[in-house]
Amino acid sequence: MQKRFFLSALTLGLLASYAGTAMAQEKFKIGLILPMTGPFASTGKQIEAAARLYIAQNGDTVGGKKVELIVKDDTSAPDVTKRIAQELVVNDKVNVLAGFGLTPLALATAPLATQSKTPMVVMAAATSSITQASPYVVRTSFTLPQAAVAMADWAPNNGIKKVVTLVSDYGPGIDAEKFFKDRMLFNGAQVLDTLRVPMRNPDFAPFLQKVRDLKPDAVFVFVPSGAGAALMKQFSERGMDKAGIKLIGTGDITDDDILNSMGDVASGVVTSHHYSASHNSPLNKKFVAAFEKANAGLRPNFMAVGGYDGMRVIYEAAKVTKGGNGEALLNAMKGQVFESPRGPMFIDAQTRDVVHNIYIRKVEKVGGQLFNQEFSTIPDVKDPGKSK
Amino acid sequence: MLTLLFDGVAYGMLLFILAVGLCVTMGLMNFINLAHGAFAMLGGYVTVALMQRHGVPFLVCLPLAFLASAAMGVVLERTLYRPMYKKPHLDQVLFSIGLAFMAVASADYLMGSQQQIMQLPDWLRGRTELFADTPFVLGMGHYRLFIIAVCAALTMGLQYVLSATRFGSRLRASVDDARAASGLGINVNVVFAATFAVGSGLAGLGGALGAEVLGLDPTFPLKFMVYFLIVVAVGGTTSITGPLLAALLLGIADVAGKYYIPKLGAFIVYALMIAILIWRPQGLFVRQGGKS
Repeated sequence: MQKRFFLSALTLGLLASYAGTAMAQEKFKIGLILPMTGPFASTGKQIEAAARLYIAQNGDTVGGKKVELIVKDDTSAPDVTKRIAQELVVNDKVNVLAGFGLTPLALATAPLATQSKTPMVVMAAATSSITQASPYVVRTSFTLPQAAVAMADWAPNNGIKKVVTLVSDYGPGIDAEKFFKDRMLFNGAQVLDTLRVPMRNPDFAPFLQKVRDLKPDAVFVFVPSGAGAALMKQFSERGMDKAGIKLIGTGDITDDDILNSMGDVASGVVTSHHYSASHNSPLNKKFVAAFEKANAGLRPNFMAVGGYDGMRVIYEAAKVTKGGNGEALLNAMKGQVFESPRGPMFIDAQTRDVVHNIYIRKVEKVGGQLFNQEFSTIPDVKDPGKSK
Repeated sequence: MLTLLFDGVAYGMLLFILAVGLCVTMGLMNFINLAHGAFAMLGGYVTVALMQRHGVPFLVCLPLAFLASAAMGVVLERTLYRPMYKKPHLDQVLFSIGLAFMAVASADYLMGSQQQIMQLPDWLRGRTELFADTPFVLGMGHYRLFIIAVCAALTMGLQYVLSATRFGSRLRASVDDARAASGLGINVNVVFAATFAVGSGLAGLGGALGAEVLGLDPTFPLKFMVYFLIVVAVGGTTSITGPLLAALLLGIADVAGKYYIPKLGAFIVYALMIAILIWRPQGLFVRQGGKS
């Protein structure tokens, strides 16, 4: 009797688990791989919050299927990213991979996307070449050359004729240096020196002193956002602003997430970027308000907007394909044109890369808080890295 | 040129304060403590937390950072470190590196993994220039000047305590022969615990002073472990002056290297260390006949 009971219980259990897998096929799965711990945890936090916000605002069913967001932490180690991506593709059978906080993480996963024909939405990493690493990569963040070239177009027209560049010595930094320098030279300005700071650099002093002694009109900076605060402080401590040297750079150094805690040393810094939390549009105001409300006052930064728009691209493609996957889903992502909190943007169908406005902004105090105030717009910037 | 020298000295002084505790535990107590940086990190986080969240003035934070790290040092010495003194060096290394990893994870959990940002009081910002508009212009950041002053005072104090006080001679006696020393009525355990506490406290102070210049995030103990070890390896562990000169040399070489040859900047320190160690494998400044 007992044996029979056990057997029937087992059968029931098996049936239930079978039904479970059958149900799972009616899901639309998004595998979101982010650095949730480690030095780049803020990137992961921002993107996850943005993705959840998008789902909360737009419902969790799309194309007749229930959306399942699987968030995994890759601790910003490329081998981990790749392993997680593999698990997500093979075990969880995700429709789309997304996230990717840093360039090496995206590059490590790209071959996997190609092999498994899984679309891969890059929401953060910004080195130009990522979209060329696999035909399944779609990017909704930005590319560094976009921001760097925009700055190099603005600067010579605004009294900056001699510059020194100071970048972190890794993929995006070298991208920024190269494109900024080339465009500055093209625009008839002088680049006095190009300095590369090792990633594990404890002290900016010697590099800044070098800049000071070269006496440029401005120093163009790209460093990861955490290091940006230290750099700006040493910049002002060294009295470089008083020596008539301006600090310019891409928007990474005045990251909205930590801008406020940098204090007054950041004010007046001019940067070029695709998104500022103070971007003046009704859509952005709504986005910022909702984001801050859902995350205890955390201000969204450019990472968040990349994640938010990434979700939008995925959702719209899922609608068109009724929750499809592979090639069909990818094709539905290409060429989407829409209004983002950052302003108008579209996904270039040929390069699968984002095209958007780049804004020139200046850090100013608004209502007791520091913001990147946009004052000039360069419309529809394509990634200059793809022109060759 | 002089500015560069000044920056190098400030950087070197900071390295010295951070590493001197390691020299003490390694040289005097013959214990390899790779978790030393964790004490420095604790001091840094204490300062940042007190200043940022509770508005405690910077100058009050520094002694508090010292005390917090020293207290932590005493607790860990009594509970975890003491059983390790007699173990082989490999065990000590494995134990202390494990401790360092635990410290990294705890800091990550408690304080978050982002770089901490510190706001210095106004009187420490800014910069003074001497001999402006000459080739010998010397620009001194006030904060770096402050670091040099504090570190110089500490060095002299330490040197005095070690060489001219009763405690110093007890410590040296305990190190040379613990058994004979305890036979003479020296409480070796107390001496070691006090030394360990002061070493950890100094690291904490170094972390507090350095948070502004070196940056502070949970990977601090691992990031700077290499620098501490270089200072100790080059300077030798038997005196205070050895590590001090080694730290200054490294600080200046690092800054000057990054200035003049930016492309090789990160490697100058290592190249220098290799050269010195080939030339004098026992360290630059080693007391003859001393226990190394």
